Amino acid sequence: MSSIAPERLADVFVELADTLVDDFDLVEFLQMVTARASELTGARAAGLLLADADDRLHFMAASDERVHLLDLFQIQADEGPCRDCFRQGIPVGDADLERAGTRWPRFAPAARTAGFASVQAFPLRRRQQVIGSMGLFSAAAVAMSPGDVRVVQALVDVATIGILQERQVRRGQVLTEQLQGALNSRIVIEQAKGVIAQSTGVTIDRAFTLLRTYCRTHHLRLSDMARTIVNDPARVPDFGSG
Amino acid sequence: MSSGSIAWLQCLCRAATRALPVTGAAISVMVAGGTQGLAAASDTRSELVEELQFTLGEGPCLDARSQGRPVLVPDLAGESGARWPAYTSAAMEHGVEAVFAFPMRIGAVRLGVLDMYRARPGVLPPDAFDLAQVFTGVALTGLLDAHEVMGADRLAYEISQVSRYRVEVYHAQGMLQVQLGVGPESALLRLRAEAYLQGRRLGDVARDIVDRKLTLERDEA
Repeated sequence: MSSIAPERLADVFVELADTLVDDFDLVEFLQMVTARASELTGARAAGLLLADADDRLHFMAASDERVHLLDLFQIQADEGPCRDCFRQGIPVGDADLERAGTRWPRFAPAARTAGFASVQAFPLRRRQQVIGSMGLFSAAAVAMSPGDVRVVQALVDVATIGILQERQVRRGQVLTEQLQGALNSRIVIEQAKGVIAQSTGVTIDRAFTLLRTYCRTHHLRLSDMARTIVNDPARVPDFGSG
Repeated sequence: MSSGSIAWLQCLCRAATRALPVTGAAISVMVAGGTQGLAAASDTRSELVEELQFTLGEGPCLDARSQGRPVLVPDLAGESGARWPAYTSAAMEHGVEAVFAFPMRIGAVRLGVLDMYRARPGVLPPDAFDLAQVFTGVALTGLLDAHEVMGADRLAYEISQVSRYRVEVYHAQGMLQVQLGVGPESALLRLRAEAYLQGRRLGDVARDIVDRKLTLERDEA
C-alpha cells in the first residue's frame, strides 16, 4: 500500500505531461519533479543528478537549493545512495544514516549534519539506459514503504520517458546535445547566484530565492535569466521593487 | 596565445582525428572581447573549413558556441542546408559532409569550439561522442592555461578538475565578475591565477571569496 493520495498523484502526472511541451526547459522540468516528489512523500528534500558523457553525476535540480544541501548533492558525484543507485540501476535506500558511516564515509555524516536521518534514491532509467538518479531525504529514521517506493519510481519513470522522448529521428544524438546543454544551464544558474550575491550584497541562498521569485513573477525561464545576468551583470534586476 | 600552446592544440586536433571516426579537427578560440578565430587544425582542409564560419558568419560551430551545447550534423546535405545555406555549400565544396561541433564552455564562460569534420555522412557513435567530450575538456584546459604560465603537474591537476568544479567556484566566479568589473572568462582566469599564486586548491580560494573573507583587487588599467 502507498500512503500517497491517488488523486494528488494523478494531478502530478497530468502536470508532468503538460510541462513536456515542445520547447520545455529541462532544468525547470527537473526542479518540478523534485518539488513534487518531496511534497507527495513528505520528504524534507529531494535532489536530482544527471550523468555526463563520462558517466559522472552532476547536480541538476532540488526541491531546496540551500548551499549546505548543494554540498550534499555534490558529494554524491563520488559517493552515496544516488551514485550507487545510478551504478546499479535500481532503487537504493538507507533507513538509518546514523549507522551508514562505513557504507558512505563522506556522505552519511554530511547528510546527518544537514538534518537527515534516512534516504531513498531512485534511478532515472529507461530500458538499459540509466541517465541519473533522484534522492529523497527525510528527517525521520524510517524506511520508505514498498508502496511509496513504487509510486515514486513510477513518477521518476514518467519524467525519464519525458526527458528521453525524442521527436527527432537522430536517435540518441539530439538527446545527448540536450543533456549537455542542460548540464551547462545548471552551471550558468550557479554563476548567476554569484553575480546577484555580489551586486546586491546578499548571501548565495538569498540570491537564488530572489532570482527564482523574479522569474516566476515575470514568467521568465530561470536558465535564460541566469544567462542574461552572467553575460551582463548590469542587467541584474532591482529585486526590491518586485 | 603563445606558439607553445598553439602547437599543443594542434597536437590535440591530430590526436582527436586519429582517435575518432573523423577526417579532421580544428579548434577556434572565441573569447568575449578578445581573440576570435582559428587557433589550430589537424590539416589544411580542416583549417580552411574552420575559417569559413568566420568568413560567412554562420555554421554549426557558431551555433554550438552561442547555445552552449554540442551541435551534431551527421549529414550536411540533409537537414542543415536550410539552417546555414552559405556555410553548407562552401563546406561541401571542400569535401566535408558531416560536422560535429563541441563548445568549450563552463556555464557562461565560453572559450571556443572544437570542431570535427568528416568526408562521409554518418552519425557519431555514442562512445565517439563521449571521447569527443573528453578531448573538448582537455582542449578547454589547454586554453585556460594559454592565458597564464602553469607547470605540468598543475596542468594534470586541472585536467582532472575541469568538468568537476564545485558550485562555490561558480559562485565565486560570478561574484568576481562584479568585484572586478570583468566578463565571466576573465573572472574565472583571475580565480585560477589566485589559487595558483597562493598554492591552494581552487575550491578553497573560491570558498573564501563566497564567505567574503577574500576580495581581489581590480587590475590597474
